[in-house]
Amino acid sequence: MIPPRLELQHVTKRYGAVVANDDVALVVQPGEIHAVLGENGAGKSTLMKVIYGAARPDSGTLLWDGVPVEVRSPQAARELGIAMVFQHFSLFETLTVAENVWLGLARGTTLRSVVDGIRAKSEEYGLDLDPRRAVHTLSVGERQRVEIVRALLANPRLLILDEPTSVLTPQAVGKLFITLRRLAATGCSLLYISHKLDEIRALCHTCTVLRAGRVTGHCDPTQETTDGLSRLMIGASLPQLTRKAPHLGDVALAVQRLSVQSLGRFGTALEAVSLEVRAGEIVGIAGVSGSGQQELLAALSGEDPRGDGGAVQLFGHAVGKLRAGGRRRLGLHFVPEERLGRGAVPGLSLASNLLLTRSESVGRFGWIRRGALRKQAAAILQRFRVKAPGPAAIARSLSGGNLQKYIVGREIDAVPRVLIVSQPTWGVDVGAASQIRGELVALRDVGCAVLVVSEELEELFTVTDRLYVMARGRLSPPLDTDGATVETVGAWMSGLWPGGPAEAAARSGEAAR
Amino acid sequence: MIRLEVRPVPSTPMAVLSPLLALAFTVLAGSVLFAALGREPVRVLGLFLVEPFNGVRALSELGLKATPLILCALGLALCYRSNIWNIGAEGQFLFGAMAGGGLALWVTVRGLEVHPWTFFPFLILAGALGGAAWAGVVAFLRDRFNANEILVSLMLVYIASLFLDWLVFGPWKDPHGFNFPQTRRFAEGTAIPLIVPGLRLHWGLGVALLAALAMWLFIFRTYRGMQLQVGGPAPAAARYAGFSSRSALWTALLTSGGLAGVAGAFEVAGPMGQITPYVSSGYGFTAIIVAFVGRLHPLGCVLGSVVLSMFLIGGELAQSRAGLPSALTGVFQGVLLLALLGCDTLINYRLRWSAR
Amino acid sequence: MNELALLLAATLGAGTPIALAGMGLLVNERAGVLNLGAEGMMLVAAVTGFAVAFLTGNEWLGFGAGALAGAAVAAVFGWLVIWLQTNQYATGLAISLFGGGFSAFVGTAFVGRKLPGGAALPIPFLGDLPLIGPALFRQHLMVYLAMALAPAVALFLYRTRAGLVLRSIGEAPEVAHALGYPVRRIRLAAVMLGGALCGVSGAYLSVVYTPLWVEGMVAGRGWIALALTVFATWRPARILLGAYLFGGATMLQLFLQARGVQIGAQFMSMLPYVATVVVLVLISRNALFIRLNMPASLGKPFFPGS
Repeated sequence: MIPPRLELQHVTKRYGAVVANDDVALVVQPGEIHAVLGENGAGKSTLMKVIYGAARPDSGTLLWDGVPVEVRSPQAARELGIAMVFQHFSLFETLTVAENVWLGLARGTTLRSVVDGIRAKSEEYGLDLDPRRAVHTLSVGERQRVEIVRALLANPRLLILDEPTSVLTPQAVGKLFITLRRLAATGCSLLYISHKLDEIRALCHTCTVLRAGRVTGHCDPTQETTDGLSRLMIGASLPQLTRKAPHLGDVALAVQRLSVQSLGRFGTALEAVSLEVRAGEIVGIAGVSGSGQQELLAALSGEDPRGDGGAVQLFGHAVGKLRAGGRRRLGLHFVPEERLGRGAVPGLSLASNLLLTRSESVGRFGWIRRGALRKQAAAILQRFRVKAPGPAAIARSLSGGNLQKYIVGREIDAVPRVLIVSQPTWGVDVGAASQIRGELVALRDVGCAVLVVSEELEELFTVTDRLYVMARGRLSPPLDTDGATVETVGAWMSGLWPGGPAEAAARSGEAAR
Repeated sequence: MIRLEVRPVPSTPMAVLSPLLALAFTVLAGSVLFAALGREPVRVLGLFLVEPFNGVRALSELGLKATPLILCALGLALCYRSNIWNIGAEGQFLFGAMAGGGLALWVTVRGLEVHPWTFFPFLILAGALGGAAWAGVVAFLRDRFNANEILVSLMLVYIASLFLDWLVFGPWKDPHGFNFPQTRRFAEGTAIPLIVPGLRLHWGLGVALLAALAMWLFIFRTYRGMQLQVGGPAPAAARYAGFSSRSALWTALLTSGGLAGVAGAFEVAGPMGQITPYVSSGYGFTAIIVAFVGRLHPLGCVLGSVVLSMFLIGGELAQSRAGLPSALTGVFQGVLLLALLGCDTLINYRLRWSAR
Repeated sequence: MNELALLLAATLGAGTPIALAGMGLLVNERAGVLNLGAEGMMLVAAVTGFAVAFLTGNEWLGFGAGALAGAAVAAVFGWLVIWLQTNQYATGLAISLFGGGFSAFVGTAFVGRKLPGGAALPIPFLGDLPLIGPALFRQHLMVYLAMALAPAVALFLYRTRAGLVLRSIGEAPEVAHALGYPVRRIRLAAVMLGGALCGVSGAYLSVVYTPLWVEGMVAGRGWIALALTVFATWRPARILLGAYLFGGATMLQLFLQARGVQIGAQFMSMLPYVATVVVLVLISRNALFIRLNMPASLGKPFFPGS
């Protein structure tokens, strides 16, 4: 009998007091697409690090083709035939595709042979890729192709993919699955890490479920319902959000033909972006990351006040030249996607972090009334059910979900007239995520205008009333969420709306011919 | 093997303990050095650790050295908290000395009758303006042209020092000074009032301590002080909050330059009574160490100044009584800061023994 | 000898220590580490190099000792910054302060001693050319070595796999770590190489250029070399160009004095420092340009999280 390609027995890994993996067992057969399912913080990434040699287990055994092995480093993993495609791409922006691939391969290859190898592999798997282009000029989908081709060039016998679809359009996900199935057919085993139940049901042969670091179940995902998988993953059904029809008010936030150059090294410039958010509705912006969301958010929040003065209007006032503080005084609040370092100062207490956006406890001559500040923070902790020792706890000691609840709470507690939220539930566990979504809906019901920027389509379809799609620095016309389909939005994420950047590019290409 | 592991929360006890550990390490390193030089470690260490506190006169000298250190370090602590790397306090000190000394010289040359207590506020003002102006150059070049403040502020130290040389070798040279590069001695009325008659310690120390108190209030009790400090560790959070980084830059640099300038003015009008090319014994650089030893905390800066003054006096004593080079002080200062930075690691990380 | 040729020759001589140190710091910064301790490393190396050259009578042993001393001090810096995660700015400053104190302490024994100074090595044929010969080709061997260093560093950085790895670590250490490169060890190696070159530069100052030991004799050249890496936007050839420009600024004072220009000597001595500020201002005006060229992780700590 052929031994399993990979087998884990009793693997335990601790980080300080946190047990990330507790007595984990896993068996992957040759040619099998094996899902590892679990929600944020369940220990999936740690487990992959252990397999890939990026972290050492505290105890437990790894068997490779039935033989016990010790994977001391990523190089050792690669020598065994293990390759990995990372969630946050491990690519060097300034280098070319070929150089990036070269750095990921064993020593002894030449750059020239790598270029040829890339051409051959990308042809074999139908992955269009130019080895000489610099990575920072590539789209997110193309970057993932670089990662996959790099992994394939090592002729792996086990390929690990960590949340590979989080950055892709639905159509690109379909293409990726074709590639992965073809790869599995050649006998390569795949470990597919995800928290997306539909994808696992569509792609994988077997599934191991992790919850709080422990294996809570094995199943055949093709035989399971989404609800069944979710019970295995979080121990309950996915919470459902109920919403009433919106009561629309006046236009609160309006953007007219906003164009801004990017501030970052390899950012995306905004081109004539127009949008409108009314009081009492939640408007979403979909799009793959790097389509210009960062630039748009900075221009809306006032962190980047370079835009044309009149392009951004708040209740009819031109606010384009105001900084964040000035716009906040007019009722615009913002929850950024980076919690530590932007939404909160990591080393300051929760109470002091209030002062970033709230000045109720600042007295005359700029004197801080510390007692009032503490009370204010304690009230937010209580109202939004944040698990924290108290207002004196420093921000970085909170878990991602709790800090996010605190920041969202800080902004909602200010009774905003316009609230902009970026990636409201990134890296947040299911319970906190549903609480945050519920708060956003409640805020809209009391007449606040809410703008949600998210890369998770499912989230946008659950909470928003209308949707825009962003691609290559441009914004699509709005869609009514109830009437929109995943297919339309997915196509628009590639810029394929009528008059969108992809269509415009195609038309100018025809004209040139 | 020992490995570092991130602490979930920085350790407060370690933050207090770290300077003490570093001091202990420095003393230990000193003992080894003295032993290697064939000296009796205990006797030489006594010159550094005991003698500076031995008697009223010694304490007066200690306070005299601590005064400029406290003033310079307070400003630097504010800068470093705001992530503005002003390392040119020495140059700002020298400009304060030239401004304050210039005023005293003008009073002297004009033959004006002034009382020390009437002149004192003017001296402070002149010093503060001189230092702030020189730091203002750094702020301007950084604000307007994005020029790196570390390199600019340091280059301005060399330029300030050469400028002072030019003054005392040229236009400000004492015409009856046998061609020595120094100004006339200032008139009596320009001297800083003494705290205890007969001892050199002057009321500049009082000003320095008041400044420390004011700085403490500003940093920890005011909205403005809090705003300044957000830009340091988290510039993106400062932009998000809408706190102006430009205003932080100017506030921190002008305050820091002003304080260093006051220190310079005190030095020439106090113990020296004239301007010479040797106005500063590197106070502006020593103050960097003070600021770090003092945890960038205003009260810590006062304690740190005492420790570093101790080393300065110890170095002088080691030269006069034990025949060791006074450069020893510099070695100690460097070792102290390096040891401190190393020990500070334990605030944010803890040591773990791992099997492999 | 022609006055212009003399000026050019002196410019190359004065630019050489800055070029050596600048090239070392460039490699160091390309790996993502900013070492503000350059001045201190150069001072320690200057006194060590002088001592060894004085005691052995061999200037090349002096250079070797200088390189070792520079690398040793850099190793302390590297260990603190790379392993103990100390702040790069503060640690570099500490190294500079320590270097100043330590070199003064050790150097007291050598104050007032003098070395013969390095002999020039005329290049056959080229050295005999009129004007250009005495200007460029009758220099100390170290001057030629500094020139050769620029293409050598450029070749290493842009044409070898090791150079690519070094640059990629300076761009994104997390990525390099994820791919399995020993980021910390490579950074330490780069820092020590930077220290060694700063060391050679310091030894050149005390053994060949002055040639004697004076407290604080590096006189800000370490800081100027740091400014030079910004000016050169982290490219080797521009380091060389910049170094000679600074050498020229230093020598201009002699030239002007010879011409009888009446300015205080102190203002003349300010020239290199003023030039540094001016150059920094000019090059930094375009913030985006600097950002595009700067190694992306420069000055930022990296802690491998496993």
